[in-house]
Formats: sequence, structure tokens, C-alpha cells
Amino acid sequence: MHIVIIGNGIAGITAARHLRKQSQHEITIISGESDYHYSRPALMYSYMGHMRKEDLKPYEDWFWEKNRITLKTAWVEKIRFPEKRLEFVDGSIMNYDKLVLAVGSVTSYYGWPGQDLDGVHGMVNLQDIEAMERHSEEGLKKAVIVGGGLIGIEMAECFHTRNIPVSFLVREESYWNRVLPPEESNMVTKHIQNKHGIDLRLQTELAEIWGDGTGKVKLAVAKGGEKFQCEFVGITAGVKPNIEWLSFSNLELGRGIKVNDHLETSIKDVYAIGDCAELNDPQPGRRPIEAIWYTGRMMGETVAYNILGKPTPYRPGIFFNSAKFFDLEYQVYGSTPATLPEGQSWFYWQHPTEEKAVRLYWDTSSKAVLGFHMMGIRYRHEVCEAWIANKTHINEVVEHLGLANFDPEFYEEHEAEVVSAFNQQEGTSVKLASKRGLSGVQRFLKKLTSKSTSRV
Amino acid sequence: MQWVGLGLFCVALLLFTGMLGLESYTITPDVLPKGANEHHQQAIAKAATDLGFSGKTFSSPFAAVDGYKAVFAKAQTDLISTYEASGAPDGLGEWDFKLGDGYLKNQLFPIIRESSTGSVSANPWMWFGLTFGIGILGGLLYILPKFSADPGIKNDHIYHSPLTRGLTLTWRSVFLGFTLIGVLAYGISYMDGKWVWPAITAGVAILITVLVFIVQKSAKNTPSRSASPDMASATLGILGGTYLIGFYLLLYWAPYLITPWVIMCSPLSEFLSGNAASQWFVYGTLYTTIVIVMGVRMWSKYQHNKYQLVRTSSVMFFQTGFAFLIPELMSRLGGPSADLKNIWPLDYDFFFDWNLNALMSSGGFGIFLLGWGIALIVIGVPVMTYFFGKRWYCSWVCGCGGLAETMGDPYRQLSDKSLRSWKYERFIIHGVLVSAIVMTAAVLYHFFTGNAQIWIFNAYDIRKWYGFLIGAGFAGVVGTGFYPLMGNRVWCRFGCPLAAYLGLVQRYKSKFRITTNGSQCISCGNCSTYCEMGIDVRWYAQRGQDIVRSSCVGCGVCSAVCPRGVLRLENGDDDSQFRADETRAIHISADSVGIL
Repeated sequence: MHIVIIGNGIAGITAARHLRKQSQHEITIISGESDYHYSRPALMYSYMGHMRKEDLKPYEDWFWEKNRITLKTAWVEKIRFPEKRLEFVDGSIMNYDKLVLAVGSVTSYYGWPGQDLDGVHGMVNLQDIEAMERHSEEGLKKAVIVGGGLIGIEMAECFHTRNIPVSFLVREESYWNRVLPPEESNMVTKHIQNKHGIDLRLQTELAEIWGDGTGKVKLAVAKGGEKFQCEFVGITAGVKPNIEWLSFSNLELGRGIKVNDHLETSIKDVYAIGDCAELNDPQPGRRPIEAIWYTGRMMGETVAYNILGKPTPYRPGIFFNSAKFFDLEYQVYGSTPATLPEGQSWFYWQHPTEEKAVRLYWDTSSKAVLGFHMMGIRYRHEVCEAWIANKTHINEVVEHLGLANFDPEFYEEHEAEVVSAFNQQEGTSVKLASKRGLSGVQRFLKKLTSKSTSRV
Repeated sequence: MQWVGLGLFCVALLLFTGMLGLESYTITPDVLPKGANEHHQQAIAKAATDLGFSGKTFSSPFAAVDGYKAVFAKAQTDLISTYEASGAPDGLGEWDFKLGDGYLKNQLFPIIRESSTGSVSANPWMWFGLTFGIGILGGLLYILPKFSADPGIKNDHIYHSPLTRGLTLTWRSVFLGFTLIGVLAYGISYMDGKWVWPAITAGVAILITVLVFIVQKSAKNTPSRSASPDMASATLGILGGTYLIGFYLLLYWAPYLITPWVIMCSPLSEFLSGNAASQWFVYGTLYTTIVIVMGVRMWSKYQHNKYQLVRTSSVMFFQTGFAFLIPELMSRLGGPSADLKNIWPLDYDFFFDWNLNALMSSGGFGIFLLGWGIALIVIGVPVMTYFFGKRWYCSWVCGCGGLAETMGDPYRQLSDKSLRSWKYERFIIHGVLVSAIVMTAAVLYHFFTGNAQIWIFNAYDIRKWYGFLIGAGFAGVVGTGFYPLMGNRVWCRFGCPLAAYLGLVQRYKSKFRITTNGSQCISCGNCSTYCEMGIDVRWYAQRGQDIVRSSCVGCGVCSAVCPRGVLRLENGDDDSQFRADETRAIHISADSVGIL
């Protein structure tokens, strides 16, 4: 059986690795973007000079041949689904028995006048980073970034390292407030404005981009009419599934490629995973498209089982995510909405002087913990996940909060302060009973697994 | 201010280098060491007069050395002809009367030092201030403003800088190849023409390469992630590396060319221990200064990471106190002096006869030092490593580690992360451990039996070659000289026999590991890139595996540079081997897939 995977991002690569682990089928990965798999979230580090491009590759080049995974650098032009055949831009063809579409996302452009000018780029692939490097080396004096999400702030950090002033246009009234609760959003807003001197323009939207007459960017104009002189406009107002090129076919498309619980598309033997997949029926509390590294990886793992005849529904488990805003680390486990839903409670602690914060979510009536939201403090995935999965009482969580702390050794432990603030808010008298450290965690997890038989 | 600092530092470096050519050297008979044989003195004085060299001043150390060599050769011939004509007077033995070949070799350094005249000899403190003083001032002026930056990862432009971006695999091989060939070629003359030792070494090098390339099938697995920017674009790195290599060559094998440094440091040495400085005192002073100044740089760079602050303070403390000041003070008190934190087999001459004799003949304190050294080997290493991993030594206490973690920090990203380099590493470092054990066994056999000849090998030759090749060539020339070329832990990773011993304990019986935080890894590769030991940390982290590797020195930088808070250095009670297992690579909810 010949399994062809289009896309060498984390989803496609994870699928290939798990297929190889469990089978001897012929596996081909096709990508037009790069010869080898690289870590997309790490693109910024190559621009900033933290790493070389080759350091972005999680596997050495010989890894693929050794594991009999064929890599092909080419752009697919068309897929003939009835004939199970791919047609490449150069005219060649390839047949498949099973096809995995892991074609990822593309930058969303919203039809701004001037968006095709030289100097308008997103930041989702290798070509984008190369364009940023080229413009920077050609004497970029000022950049405008449009859209206040995770990619926008990464791009701002990139330019900042080369002393290129950035105006950061964000539609919302505070940074990423659709995802971050108000205090956290405020903390990030202040961090990028005050500590890094980014010219953050809240409630500002791009209207159009003007060229200089030779096809190059000269000005970005905001909706209020304010003009920003710049030679580069970064478009980071979200990404969308890369599906336009599939629209000719009878493959069922929504915003992404529609897939069922087993990641099967509307066409037999064709699967879709990662950013480009849109679940018909996502798990409660989850979105149909989650363009996140971690979900791409989990889908890749799941699709391998399904292809190999071990039907496995896609169950991403308890949500988690992480990011970094300049120097400010961010981690979440479970459900951590930006505004408090009906029937839930939360508690927020913030360090009086440092940029550190913890927010806990729980069910108001059952008191079961629902989520953890951290800024500038690292929490342990296994512990938080176990608490959420076991619907642990919030008081018990707070009592043992030290177990969750994952900060490096010698870092100050703030759990005692968190507990006393919690007691003050909730009128409880919980006493901190656990400190940071692996041994305690090991005992805790062991106790938990012996208690619950449902988990493997 | 930073530019002023950099300028001052460059001035100090220029003066430090240039001062080597400033002194003049006057040949006089009385520069011979005190207590030298009167016949030798007379013969040398006569030879000097005959050749017209007496009182003659040379403006370069090379010319002075040539002059002395000529004088010695003449004195040697004269003494031989006297001996053949009339025999030795006063009932002296033949070799007490004749001048041996080794005599000049051993005396050249003190003689050149004594015959030195000029500005440095006249004003040693001034020169100390001009070089060390201005260097420290410049360094601090450059470093201190960095404290005003916000805490956070400070790796911007490391791969854009011609100082820190490293070399291609080809250029690296060229440098390494030339250095190896050079050291071996010089080794033949060092071993007085006994080419068998360099030949054995070359044979072992070829054998290891064959094992790695053919037996372990690395030939077709060309590393894709060896430190390889374009060509030799790390120009400043090459200059820096060459300078360091040159420094070590002079220090180990031509100390008579660096006597101005020794003279400059002598007042400080006399102040501390009451003795005149040797080249080792210069080295110690320079080493400690660098560890302190670059340690301050570490503080500024890793403000966001308290583990780094504490650990850096620890290496600064152990270098200044244990390696530098305490041994000087011990020798001031007249007892045997020792670096109390140096452990065999890194301290490879611990079991040499002269050390054992010195320790055993100096009463209770000597015996204590002997017991302390042995206890560190037998109890200290296994127990401490069991609880804390090898980091307790390698990145908290050790002097080599201290230099690597301070002066070497800008180069940590240059360690090779390829699988091939790991294969090399395992053969070489364990090979060095075996040779250290064999060498010590031979030395002890000789010590206890009085018999230096073991089959066809001579215990003196074995230890001499070990000291030359491993002690000086590997640990010094390659170990430190290659910082800007192959990363800051070349010695610790490939060569240190103590690291090999600590590593075996860490790998098989230790609570220490680096924990991966569930599934949070994004495979970005910062951890692998900044691992000075060349561990591909990401390989494990992206699978959710804990990292249990014998080479990990626990510097904690992987954890410090991780943008997602994935890695934590920990000492846990149990199951570290289970957690390091690959089957943990399950990212989706375990319920839905069962056991993978």
C-alpha cells in the first residue's frame, strides 16, 4: 500500500512516523515549501539569529531514508480523486492508495487595497521568513504589523531584535482579549509597550496600503485615516485552512476540509489532518478548526491508526496550549475562557511587582477544577491534566498547588501567596500542603493511577 | 560605554600580547639556578666568554634561546673533552660532571626568566595593571550595562556574529586535523624520538573513525545539523581560536617564551604564597580572572534564571577559592598544596610517585589530603552523583567546567548535535577513561614494585605521553582552544575521564534527569542548539521522554532557553528509567488508543 501525505508540517510528519512505526507500507511525503520538515513555531528564531535554518529541523536529513520515508519536493497542482492520482505542477504524476491532506494554513488577507504590493507578508512559512530577512537586509526602516494574535507579536519581536521600529495595529481594545482574560491581556499589553517599546495601536484597523509607484510598500493607512510610513506590512490577522486549490474537486469543504471523527474526508481513502481539517463534530468545548501545533500532532497520531485499520476516534483530550510574548511565558491547561461562563468561578492571583499570574477555573456547583491559566509561571502538564480529568475539588487543588509548579530550581515558589489570596476570596482556610518537586509528583501520580482504573 | 569597554579590552589584549616582545635578555653566567654544580657553572661561563656571548644582550627570546643553546652545546663539548682527557675530578660520577641533554630543556625557562631585563622586570605591577587591570576594567564596562536590559533570553544575533557563528564541518575538520597532526608530530620530539606513542595514538584515532563510519554505519548519515554556516565566516571565532591555541602551545611547551607574563605576575605570587611565579601561576591568575569577569557576564545574561545565577556563583567561588587562593595559601604555610576539588582521573597525576611521596612525607595533613582525594573518588563521586547527577561537579565545582560555563558560554551553540558526533564521543571519552586507568595502574605498579618496565612498556613513558596528549594536548589546546570552533565543552564532552566516570553513574544510578513537561514541546530546537554537550534534547522532549544521558552536565541552559517551559532539571525518587522510555511518546488521550 502506498500512503501519500501532502504537507511536511508537524501533522503530516507525525502521521508518517506513526505509520512507519506500525507498518511496512510505502510512505511518501510531498512538500513544495521545504525539502525537509522543520519546526514552524521556530521560524522566528532563525530570523533573530538564535538558530540557523538547519537547527529548525527536528530530524537529521538521513533520518527519512533510514526509516524508508520518501520525501518529494514538489507542488501538487491537482488531485484526481477517482483515479487516486496526484498531478504535479511540473506535469509528473503519482498514484496513491491512501492520501493524507496535511496542507496547513495560509495567511488570511482581507482584500485590502494594496495587499499585493512588494513588502506585504504573513509569517507562516519559510518563504515569509526569507522575505522578512531580505527586506531587513535591504534597509527596512519601519514596519507595520496588522493583527494582534500570536504571530503578530512574534513578528514584532523579530523586527525588534534588528532595531526596526514597529507599529502594531490591533483591532481589539487590548491585546488578544478574545483569548486572554482582562488582567492577563493587560499584562501582555503593558509588557510589549513599556518593556519593549512597541508602538501598539489598539482599536486600530488597516484600511489600505499605498505603494511608492514602483510596486513597493510606502504607507499603511488605518481606518481612522492615520498614515504610517513603512516599507513592510506584516499581515498577522489570523490564518485560514489552505484549501483554495482544492475547490475544483468534489471534496467536501467548509472553512476547512470537512472530516468526521476518524479524520476521514468525504472521499474514501482520503484523510485530512492539522490546520486544514475542519471537524464535523468537535468535542464539547472545542472548536472545529484548531490551528495549533499540538492538535496537528495529535491528529497525525490518530490518523495513522485509522489508516492502518484500527478505527480510532480523534480525542484530543484535555486542552493545553502555550506561547511566549517577548519575555513573558504563557501556559494553559483545560478550559480557560477569556470571560467567565455561567456556572463557573475563577480566581486570579498576580504577583505585586513581577509579571507572574495564575488563574484557576472551577465549576461553581460541583467545585471541580476546570482550567489553569498561567503567565510567567510554569505548571506541570501531567499534574494539571490529572486534576482536571479527575474533577478534583478546587480546594484540594489549591492545597497541593505546589505539585503543579514546574519552574526551575531556586525559583521563588509563590504558592503560599496564591493560597492565602484564594482563602481571602473564597472565605476558605486551605493550607498549602505540597511543595514543588518531582518526588512528590511521582507519589501523587502513582496514587492517582492506582485509584482510577479507567485510565491506562 | 560598551564600546569604550570593548576598546579598553582590546588595548589590554594588545599590550598583553605585545609585551612578550618587549624584554631584552642578557646572558650572564650567574643566571644559572642556585645550587647548580660548580663545574657546570664554570664550563658555561667559559663557553659564554669563548663565544663572546658573556654579557651580551639579545632583544628577542628566540635569539636568547639560540644563544643559550650555543653556550650549552659548547659547554657540553668542553666538559666531554675534559672528561675524556682527565676523567671527572673530586670523584664525581660521569653524569654529575657532564652536561646531560635534558639539562638545558629543564633549565631554559628559569634561565630566560632570570636573564630578562627591561620595562616589565622593572615595573611588574604597572604591566599587571596595564594588562589585567585594563582588561578587567574594559570587560566590566562592556558587561555591566547589560544588567539594565530586561531579564529574558539573550540569544539575539548569535548566528549573525562572526565571533560566535561557528565553522562548517569541512573547516572544522581542517582545523582539527591540522591540530591533531601537529600535536602528534611535536609529540615525537617531546617523547625524544619514541614515535611509537604518537603512532599508537594515530592508530587509535583511525580505529575509532573506522568504528564510527563503518561498523556503526555513519558514513552515509552525513550530519545535517553540524554547526555549519557559510564557509569560514566565523572570522573572529577563527582568530580567537587560533589565539587560544597559540596561548596553550606556549604555556605547555615553550614557557620560556612567555617569561614577561611570569615576571609581571611574580609580585602577586610572592604576596600570596611567598614564592616567585611560575607559568602555572600566570595561567591560574588569568583563568580565575576570566572566570570571574565572564561569570559577571553570565549573571547579566541569565538574569531571568535563578538556577544560572546560583550555579555561576558556585563555579566562580570554587575557582577563586579552591583552585586559586587555597593552594597558594597552603604553600605559604609550608605544607603540601592541593586543589581540594580536583578528582582523579581528571587530576591524572594524583597517584604519581612524586605526589604520593610528597603527601605521605608531610605528616598528618598530607595523609589527610591523600585520604580526601581517595574518598572523593570512591565515595564522593558515586554518592553525590546518585543524589544530584554529575552536575554537582561538572557545572557547579569543576574548574574546566567553570571556564566552559563562563568564558565558553558565547560558544555553547557550536557543539555538534549530530548522531555521528555522539558516536565519536562515546568511543573517545570512554577510551580516555580506560587509558587513564591503565596509565595510573602502570604508575602504581611502578610505585609499589619499583619496577618501571611492564612487558614492552615503560611506566614513565606511559605517564609522560598521557600527560602530553591528554593532560596538555586534549584538555588545553583542543579543549579550550577550540571553544570558538567546536563549542565550549570539547574536553568535557569528548575527553574528560572524570566526566566519563560521573556519566556512567548518572546514566545507570542517579535520581537526576531532565523532565519534559507533558506534551508542551514545539520542537523549536533551542534546547538542542544551546546544549553545550551536543545532546539533541529536542529528540526526547518532542516525544515527552525524560532525558537521562550520561553526558548531561546539568547546566540548565536548555530549560532556561525553552520558550514553552518544557524542561526542568530534577532529582526524583524513582522510575527515571521508565520515564525515559520511548513508549511515553503518546500525545493523544491514552483512553482512546490503548497502549501504543
